[in-house]
Amino acid sequence: MIADAPPPLDPAALRDDFPILHARTPSGAPLVYLDNAATTQHPRQVIHAMVEVYERHYANVHRGIHWLSDQSTDLFEEARRKVCRFIHARDPEEIVFTRGTTESINLVARSWGDAFLAPGDEVLLTEAEHHSNIVPWQQLAARRGIVLRFLPLRDDGLLHLDALPSLLSQRTRLVALAATTNVLGTTQPLRTIIPAARAVGARVLIDAAQSVPHTVTDVQALDADFLAFSGHKMLGPSGVGVLYGKREILEEMPPFMGGGSMIRRVRLEAFEPADVPARFEAGTPPIVPAIGLGAAIDYLERVGLDAIAQHERLLLQRAHAVLGAIPGVRVLGPAPEHKGGIVSFVVERMHAHDVAHLLDRRGIAVRAGHHCAMPLHKRLGITASTRASFYLYNTLEEVEQLGRAVEEAQRLLRRK
Amino acid sequence: MAPDQDDIYQEHILDHFESPFHRGHCPQATHAYEDDNPLCGDFVHIDLAIDDQGRIREAWFDGDGCCISLASASMLMQRINGSTVAEAQNLTAEEMLALLGVRLTPNRQKCCLLPWRVMKMALFSPVTSSAAAPPPTNGSEHAGPAEHA
Repeated sequence: MIADAPPPLDPAALRDDFPILHARTPSGAPLVYLDNAATTQHPRQVIHAMVEVYERHYANVHRGIHWLSDQSTDLFEEARRKVCRFIHARDPEEIVFTRGTTESINLVARSWGDAFLAPGDEVLLTEAEHHSNIVPWQQLAARRGIVLRFLPLRDDGLLHLDALPSLLSQRTRLVALAATTNVLGTTQPLRTIIPAARAVGARVLIDAAQSVPHTVTDVQALDADFLAFSGHKMLGPSGVGVLYGKREILEEMPPFMGGGSMIRRVRLEAFEPADVPARFEAGTPPIVPAIGLGAAIDYLERVGLDAIAQHERLLLQRAHAVLGAIPGVRVLGPAPEHKGGIVSFVVERMHAHDVAHLLDRRGIAVRAGHHCAMPLHKRLGITASTRASFYLYNTLEEVEQLGRAVEEAQRLLRRK
Repeated sequence: MAPDQDDIYQEHILDHFESPFHRGHCPQATHAYEDDNPLCGDFVHIDLAIDDQGRIREAWFDGDGCCISLASASMLMQRINGSTVAEAQNLTAEEMLALLGVRLTPNRQKCCLLPWRVMKMALFSPVTSSAAAPPPTNGSEHAGPAEHA
């Protein structure tokens, strides 16, 4: 059993690659960065890869005849091949570069949804989704008269899978859900849900923003039709994201935005769209961010996704134990074995903003609020929570510091 | 160490947070309003008992929120309790932030200004259905907050 486990990674050694992690916060305390579900930090290798492009290779892609444009195009397309390999897609042409997960999901709602869904058709989501996997479907419902359904959560934060059969029918055209949820960190049972969706002929969209950075993703093994994620949650820059789509589905979809690059030919009265993926990449794409994402993939592959997942599991288990042992602290969601490296909690008689503010005074960066999941918080009967989220460079000592800082915050705000 | 101005959890704020002024409801309220900040879930309810001379006899608040929004509400109630409607109406956002007495980032300024915003609305929100009239103020030239809420 142990033989299967990858050698443990050494976060102390990795931290040397991340200049920002050596920052001192205004209070003088070293930075403890536990807001990785919001965005992650960048290793020098990614920063340097982007600087290198700006200093040596930069021009617009797919346009010029000149040598810089050729270099830029080669690097940009190499990044697409890296993404393809990283998520085990069949073909780089199934990889669409977008600005992020949000744009990827909106692209599917606008293009596929507008073209193929009719009034009365149903889209099934879950109660645990990020707003970016709710609002585009609400907008589609307003445009096309489709019906949204929601797979409910049980009180332990896991999905009510018993309700799945009654929510799926011939009318279900799409099932869209996060692989790992952004507040509770729940790892959803995709291997149960996707075949069930298939059985009624529905398409499946996976919001993989919180899973692709942390664990091996194989879109073919999953049999997902669409999969969306962002570069900035996986050591890459903001401004680039990915929509994976099965080629035959992308090919029947109309363009999303109109402009340059997405056309084959334009006459004054009409245009012919380009082939995929260019059809969905109107305008100048995020050239350097995409190349930076490629460098981030190189880095993650060198460390190893299995080692990263194992390390985060260790941090998560410790976080549950440390926070769970503090009186007045309630850890939200299921047990660690059903979760990625995210721990959200509430502190009795303390607002999440106060918790986060007091942690910040000790150099600890966490997220506080509803984390773009207001329906989930309503379901949990709370208005806000505090979230710590881990990545490869976090240490067990940082988890201990989190626990101590929460206790200190409690003492400060409960003086009576 | 951080300068004092940057420490928002100063004694006077913690005092208001833990022992707030006029937290609760006012049975004699003539005006009341309630609103929330959906981003953080804070909500504040304000009751005002305004007399015929346009004086706020009683100002009470209730609500749920962070230390800053609750301390701000407490300080605001203390400030306007006994003042005239015109004085309360003329209280600017800058004055409210100064009243709290710590430097806030733009995000947390919203916490501080929630009770202030609710108070402004309360001045124009009579609780009795018969009293649809504007508050008994002496011909203020200011547009009511209700008009640009």
